[in-house]
Amino acid sequence: MYAQMVETGVKQVKALDDMSPEERAFQEKVDAEIKIEPKNWMPDAYRKTLIRQVSQHAHSEIVGMLPEGNWVTRAPTFKRKLQLMAKIQDEAGHGLYLYSAMETLGADRDEEVEKLHSGRAKYSSIFNYPTLNWADMGAVGWLVDGAAIVNQVVLQRTSYGPYSRAMIRICKEESFHQRQGYEMLLTMMQQGNDAQKAMVQDAINRLWWPALMMFGPSDADSPNSAQSMAWKIKRHTNDELRQRFIDQTVPQLEILGCSAPDPDLKWNAERGHYDFGEIQWGEFFDVIKGNGPCNRERLETRRNAISDGTWVRQAAVAHANKKKQRAAA
Amino acid sequence: MSEWTLFEVFVRSKHGLNHKHVGSVHAADTDMALENARDLYTRRSEGVSLWIVPSNMITASATDEKEALFDPSDDKVYRHASFYKLPDEVGHM
Repeated sequence: MYAQMVETGVKQVKALDDMSPEERAFQEKVDAEIKIEPKNWMPDAYRKTLIRQVSQHAHSEIVGMLPEGNWVTRAPTFKRKLQLMAKIQDEAGHGLYLYSAMETLGADRDEEVEKLHSGRAKYSSIFNYPTLNWADMGAVGWLVDGAAIVNQVVLQRTSYGPYSRAMIRICKEESFHQRQGYEMLLTMMQQGNDAQKAMVQDAINRLWWPALMMFGPSDADSPNSAQSMAWKIKRHTNDELRQRFIDQTVPQLEILGCSAPDPDLKWNAERGHYDFGEIQWGEFFDVIKGNGPCNRERLETRRNAISDGTWVRQAAVAHANKKKQRAAA
Repeated sequence: MSEWTLFEVFVRSKHGLNHKHVGSVHAADTDMALENARDLYTRRSEGVSLWIVPSNMITASATDEKEALFDPSDDKVYRHASFYKLPDEVGHM
């Protein structure tokens, strides 16, 4: 999931009878699956939580460009390079759709970006892992975008109209990301030499667990889920989505001819799901706190991008003003 | 970004269809807004024409006034063709 552990600031979900008339009307609309639009009344906590969730989602798209940007100049063929650039451009687009949706809630884009840069806003833990070999580009597309799709497909039905519409656009494009990643890995496994095949397995070994962590802590450790689900800005629990992802990914793993770094992963006919091993939550919380392998580097790159681009933004304004004056003269 | 203007973007997906709102972009001026809208909203041939409008130029009805604005038309069934009963021999009209 691209948004993890979004605070609601609410300790207990209110019953309808305990709500103010406005609040009750709002909740009844949400319960009836009527979308909330920017000009509708909404509880302050709903607005703030959504700003946190949508901005976190947008930041994840933007920071998510960095691990892939690492390989643009090193792609093995021109075809792969073009595909990678198209995918990265999509991520920028997804970030912008989401920032637009966030702005409809009255949030200021500069302020929210500043929160990211000062470490006050989060982004998905997955992007704090390095991309060490070329197969990582395939594994990121297949596993990371795959996990994102599982989360985003359900968010198409989220209660806030602009967020839901951004999700619909994003989902249309994500399937290209996942398929290109998987096809890249399949090509390496079917036509590659031993070293290339080993590279694929190595990428899966490193990214498997972090991809599972994308869905956020287990339900027992998700104190905000109940309120987010009541508001329908979250539609399924973290554990439900994680299980769905694993169930759909394991057969794809077998087609690749690779294995997961999890000795406990096996089909449970009784449950009708795959069982899997314990996730190292200590690592997850460490990464979220800013101590993952690449947290500092990612934020520094983002801050430099903004400060190094200052002159470009100023020049654009100066140019626009000059054109306006010329037109007036 | 706040020194740039927020523009709403409308895309005509095919000739013969209306422009439809798709989202917004920030830009220093209208030329840049068109370029940004092209890059952001038409990466996969989603459109044949773009409109961009400064967001603050749009006047919108308040959604909470929906009833006051739109209810008066609900009880005017005589505005619909199906209100008028004609004999079958008239055929399709």
